[in-house]
Amino acid sequence: MFKTLIVILMTSVLVNNYVLSKFLGICPFLGVSKKLNQAVGMGLAVIFVMLLATLVTYPIQHFLLDKFNLGYLQTIVFILVIAALVQLVEIILKRYLPGLHRSLGVYLPLITTNCAVLGVTINNVNDGYNFIESMVSSLGCGLGFLLAMVLFAGVRSRIENSHIPNSFKGLPSTLIAAAIVSCAFFGFAGIVEHLFS
Amino acid sequence: MNKEKRLSILLKGFIKENPVLVLILGTCPTLAMSTSVISALAMGLSATIVLFCSNVVISLLRNIIPSQVRIPSYIVIIAGFVTMVQMLLHAYLPNLYAMLGVYLALIVVNCIILGRAEMYASKNGVINSALDGIGMGLGFTLALFLMATIREVFGNGSFAGIEIGFLQNYKISILTQAPGGFFVFGCMIALVNKITHGKAIKKKEFSCSGCPSASFCHKDECNNTLEEKEAN
Repeated sequence: MFKTLIVILMTSVLVNNYVLSKFLGICPFLGVSKKLNQAVGMGLAVIFVMLLATLVTYPIQHFLLDKFNLGYLQTIVFILVIAALVQLVEIILKRYLPGLHRSLGVYLPLITTNCAVLGVTINNVNDGYNFIESMVSSLGCGLGFLLAMVLFAGVRSRIENSHIPNSFKGLPSTLIAAAIVSCAFFGFAGIVEHLFS
Repeated sequence: MNKEKRLSILLKGFIKENPVLVLILGTCPTLAMSTSVISALAMGLSATIVLFCSNVVISLLRNIIPSQVRIPSYIVIIAGFVTMVQMLLHAYLPNLYAMLGVYLALIVVNCIILGRAEMYASKNGVINSALDGIGMGLGFTLALFLMATIREVFGNGSFAGIEIGFLQNYKISILTQAPGGFFVFGCMIALVNKITHGKAIKKKEFSCSGCPSASFCHKDECNNTLEEKEAN
């Protein structure tokens, strides 16, 4: 049981890293990774929203959609629930925890239409995880996102100060740097299963 | 409106305002679905159908939807059409359905569709919105197709599943993997920059304000805070 959870966690952090090997959540990855503190803030907000979204969508999927045979409504229901939830959390944070809102709140609305959050909830259902496994998998995906953001913020600050051809300035050089970081994560493929068996 | 202007609305999505290579929208499906030509075309055409239908419906309803709840309404409309495409593909083309996987459902959060709804369909007539939807959708398909061609031909030595004999011994298989996706995409944007002498990318500042969601996600607050943080 415990071993399964560790494998799920490590797999979603390293092997199936959402940004670098599944290409989910590329927009915030490229947009908000210029500075380290922004990257950390965005990463933490993503972990928070992923856990919250899984917490809410798991019971909806199992006690509403599956029970009444409404599986085809999954996409509509999930996106609406996530969007409403993020708005609600933002209002609550603003009212009761202004400190946390100042550090995380700005990133919350950006995450509403983030494909990584919707992707993690749908993937959890497709993989047939139970509740605890789903939560661990969401935590892993969020941590993987944070890890990728933090690593990439470091790589990116070096690119800004180097001489590169004009047509590669800006986004193209960023993408090629992402390719190199992604190569590093590519090396993890196949490690996790053998590490614990 | 005359015919020439209509044609320019249709054609601007192909090159001048190509959603992927110039506006840098919808990067996630572009990177994920360009490993083979067939999946790229399937993704592009599914997104085109959703974009066309949602643009038409949103344009028809643009005077009815109150502006405070417009984003949730757009999301419901888009999600409805995505579900339809999902069910149709599941019923008639199960192979493609399996190939696209979770990315088919993720068309809902594709920046291109919400972005066009917000920037174009909510302000323009039905026919123009329909043409804009088709143009942008085909521009997206074209970019995906070009990228998939490069990645499949050089990475896998085949084109749309048909093997190319002389390339079989010289495969660069990393191109079909994740790092190759980032690399080819970066090179293609650099090529577009080179051809347009950097004019294309300057239109679109790549940051929070470059995101199509920025206009409805407390834009000022968001931008100000990000700027403040940058200043510190």
